[in-house]
Amino acid sequence: MSERMSNRQQNNELIESVEQAMHQQLQQKTAGLNAMNRRGFLKLTGIAGGGLILALSTMPEVLAADATEEQTDPLAGTLTLNTFIKVQTDGKVQIYAPNADIGQGVRNALPMIVAEELGVKWEDVEVLQAPVDERFGRQSTAGSNSIYRNFETMKQMGASAREMFIGAAAEAMNVPRDELKVVNSQVVHASGRGMSFAELVGPTLLNQPVPDPGSLRFKDKSEYTIVGSSEITGIDNANLVTGSPLFGIDIRLPDMLYGTYHRCPASGGKVVSANLEEIKAMPGIKDAFLVEGSGKPRELLDGVAIVGTSTWAVFSARRKLRVEWDESEASKDNWDEIVAKAELVKDSLGDEVIKEVGDVDTVFADPANKTITAHYEYPFLAHVCLEPMTCTAHYKKGENGEEDKVEMWVPHQIPQRLYGGIEGIHGLKKEQIQLNPVTRIGGGFGRKLYSEYANEAIAMAKRVGVPVKHTWTREDCMHHDFYRNGGFQNLKAAVDSEGKLVAWQNHLILMVHNGRPAVGGRLNPAEFPMLNLSNVKGTQSRFDIGTPCGALRAPGANFNAFVVQGFIHELAETAGRDHLEFLLEIMGEPRWFDEGNIRSMNTGRAAGVIRLAAEKAGWGKPMPPGEGLGLAFQFSHAAHAAEVAHISVDANKKLTIHKVTAAIDVGPIINLSGARSQIEGAVVEGISHMMGQKITMQNGRIDQSNFHDYPVARMAAAPSEIDIHFIESDFSPTGLGEPGLPPVIPAVTNAIYMANGDRIRKLPLVEAGYSIA
Amino acid sequence: MPTYSLKINGTEQQLEADPAMPLLWVLRDMLGMVGTKFGCGIGQCGACTIHVDGQPMRACSIPASALVGRDITTIEGLASDTNLTALQQAWIDLDVPQCGYCQSGQLMSAAALLESKPNPSDDDIDAAMAGNYCRCGTYVRIRQAIHQAAASKTAMFYDATEKNQEDLV
Repeated sequence: MSERMSNRQQNNELIESVEQAMHQQLQQKTAGLNAMNRRGFLKLTGIAGGGLILALSTMPEVLAADATEEQTDPLAGTLTLNTFIKVQTDGKVQIYAPNADIGQGVRNALPMIVAEELGVKWEDVEVLQAPVDERFGRQSTAGSNSIYRNFETMKQMGASAREMFIGAAAEAMNVPRDELKVVNSQVVHASGRGMSFAELVGPTLLNQPVPDPGSLRFKDKSEYTIVGSSEITGIDNANLVTGSPLFGIDIRLPDMLYGTYHRCPASGGKVVSANLEEIKAMPGIKDAFLVEGSGKPRELLDGVAIVGTSTWAVFSARRKLRVEWDESEASKDNWDEIVAKAELVKDSLGDEVIKEVGDVDTVFADPANKTITAHYEYPFLAHVCLEPMTCTAHYKKGENGEEDKVEMWVPHQIPQRLYGGIEGIHGLKKEQIQLNPVTRIGGGFGRKLYSEYANEAIAMAKRVGVPVKHTWTREDCMHHDFYRNGGFQNLKAAVDSEGKLVAWQNHLILMVHNGRPAVGGRLNPAEFPMLNLSNVKGTQSRFDIGTPCGALRAPGANFNAFVVQGFIHELAETAGRDHLEFLLEIMGEPRWFDEGNIRSMNTGRAAGVIRLAAEKAGWGKPMPPGEGLGLAFQFSHAAHAAEVAHISVDANKKLTIHKVTAAIDVGPIINLSGARSQIEGAVVEGISHMMGQKITMQNGRIDQSNFHDYPVARMAAAPSEIDIHFIESDFSPTGLGEPGLPPVIPAVTNAIYMANGDRIRKLPLVEAGYSIA
Repeated sequence: MPTYSLKINGTEQQLEADPAMPLLWVLRDMLGMVGTKFGCGIGQCGACTIHVDGQPMRACSIPASALVGRDITTIEGLASDTNLTALQQAWIDLDVPQCGYCQSGQLMSAAALLESKPNPSDDDIDAAMAGNYCRCGTYVRIRQAIHQAAASKTAMFYDATEKNQEDLV
């Protein structure tokens, strides 16, 4: 092994041990602080190793929880809200990133907010990945919520610490506080004198009282130098481009073994027997055994575990595995049957009425109106995160009456959820589970939300007594996903003699697994344009399926946009009107649909992004034959997003996407480069969904197995240009992980109609003979 | 278990391994060089791209024992000890990565491209990078970064040439 590698490993071990030690110290300090001071004040306490830590517990509502929780748990009370800042003796500031980074840039964004209010130079900041701990609040990377949920808290964190630096400098310089401000890691006096953070780290800073959170003043947007900066790039970039170990799959531990887990190809099948002795005799195999699951895919499915000395050894042995399954309770789904069943209810209404306003039937019956119908279809989709599902676990049997413990590294979007998920299967209580931070996660997209891969790893680690790194094959990922539900929507709508949309009816087929509707799969009564119109009917039919479904980036919106925005374009064409004008007319006067709720749709914000995207894309300019511009809008995850696609399509249905222009209003942008990345990535993901991705199943078995039959868009399919415009309105900032995705597909399919007259009502496009560069 | 020796990033590594074990798992599980990533195992996604004698190849699909006597370069060996390549710098400057998982493979394919075509067109880039998936969709920035690296390499060459001429004068 080269010297560089061994140095790197030593570094990693060092980092791990420091992180662990720090975690323990923090717990002790927090406990101590809490015992000393339950008024929720910021306290600065020296910790070993030359650093100082500012532990913040300032929110008034936390204090109420304090008194009750403390009786059962000395740590509780400060747990509800604790993010924190460490200041080194050299003035460098370490900021914890509380949420997992799955590629959405939140390891940058949240610490950037803290740093902005603190006044530290970004170059002086080191970002640490927070341990999984309630002191960091709800550590959830889902629903485009990280920024929305944490923006105010991060500001408070930074501002509180800033006020303490100012207080310390006021004492040291013997000047009034209000003559001081913090700029670039320095507290500067009006006279021009200043003291650096490094000079201020000491007892005076230590003894500063914590400002009352209500007294904190925050910077005006115009003063921001870090938030919204175009200069700041991903904090892990240098480590990524040199191949440093940052991901869950990169974990290496002494004596570590490797695991794989084979489930019934039809979800929910029970294991009866397997040729375990033969497998155990194979090279590099340490153990092979049957595991009984709970029957629930989110928890643990029955399977065969194989543990060995390398990933290759266990994957190779698995190819020789012969298993007898009991499939009496397993999925029997057939995609063709689902399609046939949907065909039967195509022209009827669903028996479940979700929304009814006015009287659509009278409007449809009026001969003065033009009424059209359409049927839309979209497939099941898999997540295909490029980092396969993986989990490393080290199970330690308790000795001398102590309880067992398990130490884990789980790339997970909501790691705190694992406690319940693990307890339900392995009976381990939260105190017995140590969840270590994972620096980066190789894609999430809503896939990494449950406990099944962690429970599989624990089953193996418990059996062999040494750490086990459990890695799913790509085939496992394809066969055992929580799929974006496929589905069908039957639409009917009318435009009046003036070409105005006057009635809208939607019948949606909802997929239900084990009594649980697919995430985002329901017909949302607030789905555009049902709140905009005075004659609306929305109904639902339920199909019970055995294929597990879950959230995929922009759940619900990622197919509703295709359906609704496509059908609105059809209606504009029926009315003989310009799509842009027609869409803006539906928006009507600027108003909130739920006044005071910034997570509800605002027709003014909607019209703003629609107009901007159209203007920037050159809407209305003449297009040569075979070229087209297509427009779409979607409100999702509190974001208003509009996109215009400029495409060409030739006689052989070969599609080229020249440019996608996006306009989005999520309020102020925090991490500008990351924000743009989210839109760029969403556009490319939309192209993948649109072009060739489709999960089908026969007798409960997923037909697709790897990327050869479930293709991700390759580089040539990406637009030459993705032109992004943010409307930085003064509303609170909300997230961008999801909202860029939904409008892409209808923007492109509407553009195809403009280019060649082909109306796309079914995905993926490859089935209609389309290809992409 | 047979033993053999591989030359990886200029260093000979002695191994005792199943001769069928793909280079990917030798790198990751035996040598601890985890920069080369596992994505599909069938050479479709490019996350495991490495160089063999300068040519980009998929480490998941080549038995390590077939590479005895060849020069293997991985992402860990792309930069010299002190200097990032122009490509790596462009990746940082243009903030290419999102989740970052595929980027080792992207960089290895891009590096091989610039070796054979110092000033690639968009079409050259699309063709050379066709074997590398980016599930997050960073393709537009990858194109830009390759162009930027190509331009800066060219600039460095001219700088060096001018300097040589100055030295001669």
